[in-house]
This record gives sequence, C-alpha cells and structure tokens, in this order.
Amino acid sequence: MSGERYRNSFLREVEHNVEEGHWVKMCMQCGVCSGSCPFGPHWAHPPQELFMMIRAGKREEVLGSDAMWMCTSCYNCVVRCPRKLPITHIMHGLANYAHRLGLAPKNQPTRQFAKMFWDNLSKTGRVNELKLSLGLYFKDGFKQGIRNALAMKDIGLGMLKAKRLNPLELVKPHACKGAKDIHAILAKAKEIEDRRKGLSA
Amino acid sequence: MAETKTAAYICQGCGIGERLSTRQLAQIAQKEGKMALVREHPFLCGAEGVGLIRDDIEREAVTHVLIAACSRRAKTEAFHFPTVALARANLREGVLWSQPEADEAAGLTQEMANDYVRMGCAELKKTKLPLGNPLAATNRRILVVGGGVSGLTAALEAARAGYQVVLVEKERALGGWAAKLHKRVPFREPHADPADTGIEQLIAQVTGHPRIRVHLGATLLETRGAPGRFSVQVSVESGAAVTEEVGSIVQATGFTLYDAGKLPALGYGKTPDVVDQAGLERLARQAAAAGGAIRRPSDGAEVGSVVFVQCAGQRDEGGSHLPYCSGHCCATSIKQAMYFKDANPEVDTVVIYTDLRVPGSGEDFYRSAQRKGVTFTKGRVASVEPASGGCKVSFRDLILDEDVALEADLVVLATGQVPNSGVNIELADDDPAKAAQVPILNLAYRQGKDMPQLKHGFTDSHFICFPYETRRTGIYAAGPVRRPMDMAQAVEDATGAALKAIQAVENAAAGRAAHPRSGDLSYPIVRIEGCTQCKRCTVECPFGAIDEDESRFPVFNESRCRRCGTCMGACPVRVIGFENYSVDTVGAQIKAVDMPDEFSEKPRVLLLACENDAYPALDMAALQRRVYSAFVRVIPVRCLGSVNTIWITDALNSGYDGVMLMGCKHGEDYQCHFVKGSELANYRMGKIDDTLKQLGLETERVATYEVAITDVARVARLIDDYVAKILEIGLSPMKGFA
Amino acid sequence: MAKKEYAFYPGCSSQLKASAANYLTSTRSLCRVLDIKLTEIPDWNCCGASIGYAEGGELPRLALNARNFALAESHLPGQDIVATCAACWLSARETKERLDASAELMRETNEALAAAGLHYKGEVAVRHMVEVLIEDFGYEALAQPVVKPLAGIKFAGYVGCQTNRPFGIAGESFENPMYLDKMVETVGGEAVTGYDQKVTCCGGALAFSEAEKSQKQIRDIVESAYDHGADMIVTPCPLCQANVEIYQSEINKKQGTKFHMPVLYYSQLMTVAYGGSAREAGLDGQLIRAEKLEEIAAKG
Repeated sequence: MSGERYRNSFLREVEHNVEEGHWVKMCMQCGVCSGSCPFGPHWAHPPQELFMMIRAGKREEVLGSDAMWMCTSCYNCVVRCPRKLPITHIMHGLANYAHRLGLAPKNQPTRQFAKMFWDNLSKTGRVNELKLSLGLYFKDGFKQGIRNALAMKDIGLGMLKAKRLNPLELVKPHACKGAKDIHAILAKAKEIEDRRKGLSA
Repeated sequence: MAETKTAAYICQGCGIGERLSTRQLAQIAQKEGKMALVREHPFLCGAEGVGLIRDDIEREAVTHVLIAACSRRAKTEAFHFPTVALARANLREGVLWSQPEADEAAGLTQEMANDYVRMGCAELKKTKLPLGNPLAATNRRILVVGGGVSGLTAALEAARAGYQVVLVEKERALGGWAAKLHKRVPFREPHADPADTGIEQLIAQVTGHPRIRVHLGATLLETRGAPGRFSVQVSVESGAAVTEEVGSIVQATGFTLYDAGKLPALGYGKTPDVVDQAGLERLARQAAAAGGAIRRPSDGAEVGSVVFVQCAGQRDEGGSHLPYCSGHCCATSIKQAMYFKDANPEVDTVVIYTDLRVPGSGEDFYRSAQRKGVTFTKGRVASVEPASGGCKVSFRDLILDEDVALEADLVVLATGQVPNSGVNIELADDDPAKAAQVPILNLAYRQGKDMPQLKHGFTDSHFICFPYETRRTGIYAAGPVRRPMDMAQAVEDATGAALKAIQAVENAAAGRAAHPRSGDLSYPIVRIEGCTQCKRCTVECPFGAIDEDESRFPVFNESRCRRCGTCMGACPVRVIGFENYSVDTVGAQIKAVDMPDEFSEKPRVLLLACENDAYPALDMAALQRRVYSAFVRVIPVRCLGSVNTIWITDALNSGYDGVMLMGCKHGEDYQCHFVKGSELANYRMGKIDDTLKQLGLETERVATYEVAITDVARVARLIDDYVAKILEIGLSPMKGFA
Repeated sequence: MAKKEYAFYPGCSSQLKASAANYLTSTRSLCRVLDIKLTEIPDWNCCGASIGYAEGGELPRLALNARNFALAESHLPGQDIVATCAACWLSARETKERLDASAELMRETNEALAAAGLHYKGEVAVRHMVEVLIEDFGYEALAQPVVKPLAGIKFAGYVGCQTNRPFGIAGESFENPMYLDKMVETVGGEAVTGYDQKVTCCGGALAFSEAEKSQKQIRDIVESAYDHGADMIVTPCPLCQANVEIYQSEINKKQGTKFHMPVLYYSQLMTVAYGGSAREAGLDGQLIRAEKLEEIAAKG
C-alpha cells in the first residue's frame, strides 16, 4: 500500500475531475478552515484534513466520507483562508464527484435533499417549495412522511396563512415557459462536463 | 588654555517661564552655583537664543555652559557648542511635563527645578571639554576573514566605498558554500524558481577589484592592536608569513553542515541513497554536467521519488543534536525538490516537515513549489532504512494522526548550520574540547584568541540592538558565523558589517568612540599613581579594551573603548574617569541637592537612570504628561555599569532616603548597549546590602530595576511606588549628619 | 422616466405566495418611493442555489445562470441585473466571475446555451439590491424619504452568510460588516451593538437535511439577539429570514425556550419608515408578528 501513498495520483484525479480541485495542492495546513466552520464539530474530516488525505492518496476514504456533505455554503472558510482556496467550492466539487461516482454514503440526508432540490428545480426551471418540502417529508416512506408532515403542520399552516406557501403549487406551479429550453441546456452542459472529465453519462 | 568662565542660561520657553520662577533659578545659579554669567531667555533654542550663547562664548570667553531648558536628549543640534564644556539641566521633561499643573503643586515643582539647576552648576564645574583620543590611529584598510558569499560581499562593498581591503580565505579557492551549489534559492520577484548562484561573477568582481588583495590557502597567525592599528600575521599559501596592517576586521567564516553521520536512525551511512543537502547539490551538479536526470548513488538509476526530511538533527529538544533552527533549510529543500520537478513533473517529491519556516518571500517560493506539485506533509520522521530498490521512510503524519511508511529512491536530510567560530574562549584551557578547536583570529588579547560566543557556539553579536557589533571593537561578525541564515541574509549582513568596519576606522582616525557612542571624544583617563593594580577594570571591561603592562597596571586601548564607563564603576580607588563624566561630575550633582530636614516630610530619592533606555523612557513619559513624584532627582548615567558604589554611599550619607537604579535587561537576552554593564551593576548592588547594614539602613533604600525604552507607563509607576515605599519605612535617619 | 432602472431577478422564494413573498412586496414598495423601476428578467429561472451542487455539478449550474444573463442582455440591454435573494446573487455573481476568468468555461457554457438558441456575450453586471441602495443611492439619499423614523425599536442586524461572503458589500469587513446597522440607523431605528451572531450561519439549506445541527445555529442567533436587547432581527437574506423565523417554534417545542423574535427584511423597515402601510411592507407575511413595526405603520 505504501507504493501509492503520498504519490500524486489521486491528487491529479481531483485536479482533473473536481470543481476547483487544482487548488488542493495549495493548502498549507493551517487549519483556519476547520476552526471557522459552523458545522466543524460534525465533520469526520475537516477540510484541512481532507486536503491532506487527498495528497496522501486516500481515495476511498475521501470519496466515501460524509464530511464534505456537512458544508452549509457559508463561505466562512473561503474568506479566512490565508491561501485563498475556494474551500466551499472544493467541498461541493468533492461531494458532487463522489455522488457522481456512486461512492458517496447512500443515505446521507444532505445528499438526498440536494438531489431532490436539483430534480425539483430542473423540472420547471423554478423551485416548487411545496413539493420540495413534501418530498422531504416523504423521503423515508409514506407513514414517516405523514408523521413528519404532522409534526411540522403548525409551521405549514402559518406559512399558508402568511401567504408564503401556496397549496395550488401542487397543481399549478410556478414554472418557466422555457422549461424545455432549460432541459436542453442542462443536458448539453452535463454532456460537455462528462466528456471533459471522461465520465460516461 | 583660557581660564575657566562659567555661564548659565535659563530658558523660559515651552511654558517654563509660566510655571516656574526663572528669576529664582537664576539667583540660585548665581549665588549657589557661582556661575559667572547668568541669563534668562524666553526662547533659548531659537536662533536668537543660540546666537546669544555663541556671542558669550566668543566675546565673553565663556568656557563652560549650562543650559537649563529641556532634556539633554532634545535640541542637541541647537545646543551644539563643540568648543566649550556643556551641562544640561532638565527643566522641561524632568520637571514641567512630569509634575501636575495644579497651583498647590507649584511649590514642590519649583523645588525640583531649583535642585536641577544646582545639580547642573555642580556638574558643569567638574566638567572638562573632551579633546579626543591623542593616540588616534589612522589605518583605514579593512581585513575580511572568509571568502564565501558573506566575505566576498563585505570585501566588495568596502572596496566600492573606497577602502583598501585584504581578504583571507583558508581554502585554495573562493566561493565557500555557494560555490558548491547547483542553484540558489531565488531572491528576486517572482520567487518562483531556483536561480543561478552568481558566485562566479561575485568572485570575478572581487579578484578583479584594484583595491582588494586576496590571500588564498591562508590563515591568521596572530591579530593584535586596536581599531585603526591592527597588525595581522597571515600565513599564506607558500607557507610564508606576511604582515598586514589594517584598521578593522570583518569575520565572515561561515558554517559547516551538521555531521549527518550522527543521524544513523535517519539512514545516513547505511545506504548511499540517504544524503544531506550538500550531497544532493553534488548529485544535481553531476546531473547538470552530464546533461541528464539526477541519479541514485547506489545504482545510478534515475530518481523517481524523493523524500526530504526537514529538521534532521535540528531543533532537538533532547540535547543530542542542534537545539536551534537553521532557518534556510526549508527553502533549500523546496529548491532541491524543484530540481526534480522542473526536470520531470512525474517525479514524486515529498517534503516532511513539522513547521515549514519560509519567512518573507520564501512564502512565494513555497507556493511555487506547491503549484509544481511538490507534496508537503506535516509529519515527524521516525526512521529511514534501506529497502529493496531504495529507502523506507517511516513517519507520523501529524495531520492525519497516523503512522505511515513511504518508499523513496532517494532521501535528503536537511541538517543544520554549525558556525565556524574558532575557539570557545569561555572554556578552561585544559578542557579537551578547547584543545580540539582551531583558533581563527588568533587574537593577542588577554580575553582569548577568538571572539566570545553568544549562544550555541555562534560568534558574538549584539543581536537585539546592533547586529555585527561584537565585544571586540573594530572586529565585526557577518553571515552564518553569527547566526543561522541564508544567502540573501548573508549578503545583507556582510554589507552591514562592512559599513560598521568603515565606521570603526573613521572614528578611530578621528580619535572618537566607534559605537554605540559614535563620535564621543571623551576617553578614560587614569590617575595611574593611585592605581592599586587590582585588575577589576581589565577583567570587567566588556570589550577587552584594557590590557596590563608588566607591572600589572592597566593599559587602555582607547580605540577599542566604547566609553561606557564600566571601568569607572569598577574602580575601588576611583582613579578612572572621563573629562565630562566622572566620579566627581556625578558625585557633585548628588551633593548639590538641597536636602530638606527629617521633619519636612519631603523625602529625596536619587534615581540613576541609564541614558540608553531608562532616561529616554522618562522623557517619553513626560512627553505623555505622566506625572510622577516630585521627590525624585534624576541623574542620567552612561550605563549602569559605570555606577560607582561611592555615589550610593555618598547619597545615603548626605541624607537621601532612597536610591533607585534603572538599567537595561541583563542576562541571556540582555538589552544592555554595553553587553555586561547592567549585569555588573546588578552584581555590585547585590553586595551593597553590607554597606547599608553598616550604615544602619534598611536594604530597601537601594533598589535596582530593569527598564526598557518602551516602559513608558511603567517608569512613572516605579517611581511613585518606590516613593510610597520610602514614606512607609520612614525618612532616612542619616539626615542632618552630612 | 424612473430615476434608475434594473433588470430584476427576484428568484424562486421571492415570487407571489412563495416563502419570501413579503420580501418581494416590500421591495416593490420601497422602489416606488425611490423611483426605481424593476423589470423582471423575462422567464428567468432558478439559480441552482448552493445546494444544487450534488446533482448539478459545475457546468450545468453555470449554464443555468448564464441563461438568465443571456435573457437580460437581449431583453433589457444595458441594465444591471439586481437580485434580492442572497443565494441568487451569489450564484449569479459567481457564475459571472468564473466565466469572465475562463475562456474555456465561457465557450462550454455558450455551447450549452446554444441548445436553446441562446448566447451570453459576457456584458451583464450582477448586483444585490443592498449594493444598489448603498452605492447608487447612499445612506443620505435613503434617509431623505423617511417620514416615520423607527424610533424606539432595537434591531439586531443579522447579516448572515451569502450577502457577506465571499463577495460582500464593497468596503465592508467579513467579520463585522456594518451596512445593515447603518441602514437601520438611516431609517431611525436603533442597531444593537456587539451582536456577536451577526455573520453566523443559520445552517442554510442544511436546515432541511441536518435539522438539529442547524437549529443549534438558529438558537444562537436568536438568543444573542435577546441578550443584546433587540426587539427584532433584520436580515437581507430570504433563507436566513425563513430559517430564523420559522424554526423558533420548533426550538421552543424541543428545548423549552420561549423565543418569539420577529425577523424582518431591511426592505420592510424601509417601507414602514417611508410611510408605507403594514400590507405594503408585507408585515402580514410574518409568522411572528412585528407588532412594534405594525404600530408605527398604523400611525397616521
């Protein structure tokens, strides 16, 4: 195993395939990112450590980790990093790459929600907040969904009353007229990106 | 010389005239101070005021001038009268700005000013105009010892400034460490790639310079003399001895790499594939000469992976190896990793460090290496062992917190710099370690053959205030011999030391002090008939300025002397003094103070303040209008080392209630301008308790403090606290006996 | 003609009957007063938000934003795009900067847009409504129309993350931006000082997937507002507003707290101060009613 360790093979893979991955080698291991993260205590491997793991060639451990799924996109690490690494984007990129390869943890809730969110928005071009919340409640099955929805019903009713949630979204959602255009654009973009990274569709 | 005529000038400017009765001050100067001429002036430092003093000097034949105005540290250019003896009474910072403005404080404030005028008059009458060293020696040639980057630079800089230079190099070629390098760490924007060493050009500039004479394969047999008149015996390549007369010396003898042979755990000596940084430079030069890749020493295979072990035998807390960081080695390893990456990006290069130290632009160089794909891993290497086809490096990854083993074709150990300092003169003559050391300067000084060493064997240098300055006046240390450093720093160091060497010869030629009292014309005068040959002055002089003659009388080498007065403080029979700073000039001031009686409830505290740190701190406190007790009377001293204990006993005998001494930090991280002065004072005052007991006084009546120039708030607080303590223990029972 | 015109990008949450509908209502109201004409980018689409990364990847998200740019360029030429939502602004501005910096990404993005017959020339500017107010108008001009200063109300200026990092408002620090406090003072309110959760993350989209961890953040944000004597929280971000307002009841339920801290948009404060009604300020859209503000709005 020591043969591949601390060689640059995984680092090169990350540089090539992960959004902003070429920055990973520039980390100087100061740990400011780890100390600045609002969810820091919940990370199995804070960003600084993930960067070192990448450099140490720990491919499976990195891509299989749920660490980067803890990123709330608050950008605190980004503005504080003395090396100006776009850490938030690298975390997104790693998560996306792991997800794309099917190596990310299966039931990771943020992974599930993120996928649901994208599917939701790409359908009509705009987010359907009602469907998104219902989808979230029902992700673990119908019964659990009813339980979840009931638990949150006060909030839901409050939002309805405040006219900030529309039950009609279920039947007549906000939508872009050019939804088809959007599908075409997204399909094309994905195709180009996969081609660039050498991933099959 | 003309007859003595004294004059006192009392300034009324800066508010002095409003808050003090200058009339009263003038009367004191006249009646008590016996000044022949007394004048008050509304704005003494102005052109008209200065003109008035000049006129008096010219027309009235005034020979001694007292300026009662601001601190002696202020308006020095306006009050510069080189033909007369001068004293200053500090009314502005010392009284006005440090005392409260309230009406009820006016009485004590005036008393304080009155005393400072009395003290000024007393000092002036004991002061003579310094006339300079009559033995001025005028050789302005500069000797540079060592022909590496530091020595070559020092030689070239001095020669370009117009000075003749002699350069002595022990090897038979110039260039030192730099000549052994493939490339150097970059020192210019963009700090991205290894740069040419430039050493050939530097050597050519030195050897081609008409003012530089070079001795190769040469060593120093003996160095004797003083600034402006050193005489150096040089053993040259032919074996002959030649004498070189020079005015000052730069020692730039560089360093040797720590012996990697002492690091068997890191594989050195077990396989040729573990090398030190010099070893890698050799491999890189061989590769460059052959026009190919760097090859593994064991079998000549191209290196595909290399590991750099930082801090090898350095920063060792265990006491077996070097305890310090050599500073350059991180950047050097980065450079060496680039040798591989620049030739072939596919080579794996891993730098294992605990703290990567690349100060300044080294950070850009570090980033450049990261961009090139050099892997940096925070870790601690446990062992390097030979393995099939290379080496196995076992280390603890400190970020991932796990033990890892890594294989590499080649391992480079970043060992540290060991200074080429010559003999450690502190060691006893029968110490076997000393016998093994080869002297470099071979000084014919009573203190030993080489310069003192400061720490870890590095040659002396006043590292806080005056780099390059050593305790041997006229001899300057430059480059890694005085502290670990890289090539760019060595160049800067050498330039600074060359300038110091120039300053030394110029001052010596003019009969002035070299530094830090640069330009001071006063020098120690000994009443030799009173000397008891006790040798304290010769032993305690921090600069080895005093030798002994056959009958053990002190022989002063004035141009080696820094004019600190440590000898004056040491002398038990008080036969040493300067024209304008002596046992009498200070003693007279102490006695001039008007001493209130024991029922007055007005204590008097004498404060002897080092003029380098404590006195400026007092001035700055005044500038910030920090109020302190009106019971203190401050006398600046050149260094606490110059304080003679007679002043303390005189003060206590004449009724002072306490004596404060403020000097610089001493000990290992000393800040004393004169290195040992404050330490000696502290030692001497440690013994004053006996005297106090004999007088029947409390030990608190003499207190010593370390004060830095930045202790502005503290200095006022110290005074107030001390006065409070004196009031607590009560006024001195000695009052009224004087 | 209006004083200023912008290509408006309201974003998914700031549509009618969406979670930040009151942001939209109050923004429209304050723009009327300042004579700002906002024209919606025709058929604008979602920005992808940050959370879109997992499934969306890089180029699809860039293309999504570039579609809006292309539409703005052709339909509203010369107008700056103005977003009210922090996430919309961030995604759009990030896209712009990345495309500006990389010819390759620009080419690829346009290749994707071409699938719908669109092309992005790279000319738009992307700005947040707060930038427009501060930079194009300035605090002094914003103070001019104030007719009902919000005297006596203490606001905790909760800036949150995405209007502050990584871009932020020019001249502000990331650790302690002052613009929101200044806006509060501009409309006559009192900005509490030392509000130490000013730039704390509310959990963002992870409020849904990591509810417990996010609610700890939200608790800190609300608690500190109480500690510093605030009557209400004010924010420029729809997700911050929603998370911090909506989950107070949850936190109360689970942790026995008694949080009841109104959370408003700066635009609501401005609308009330400019003399707008509670309805015009979208105060009817609060889950936790901002009674003190309603009182001022109701005054003649």
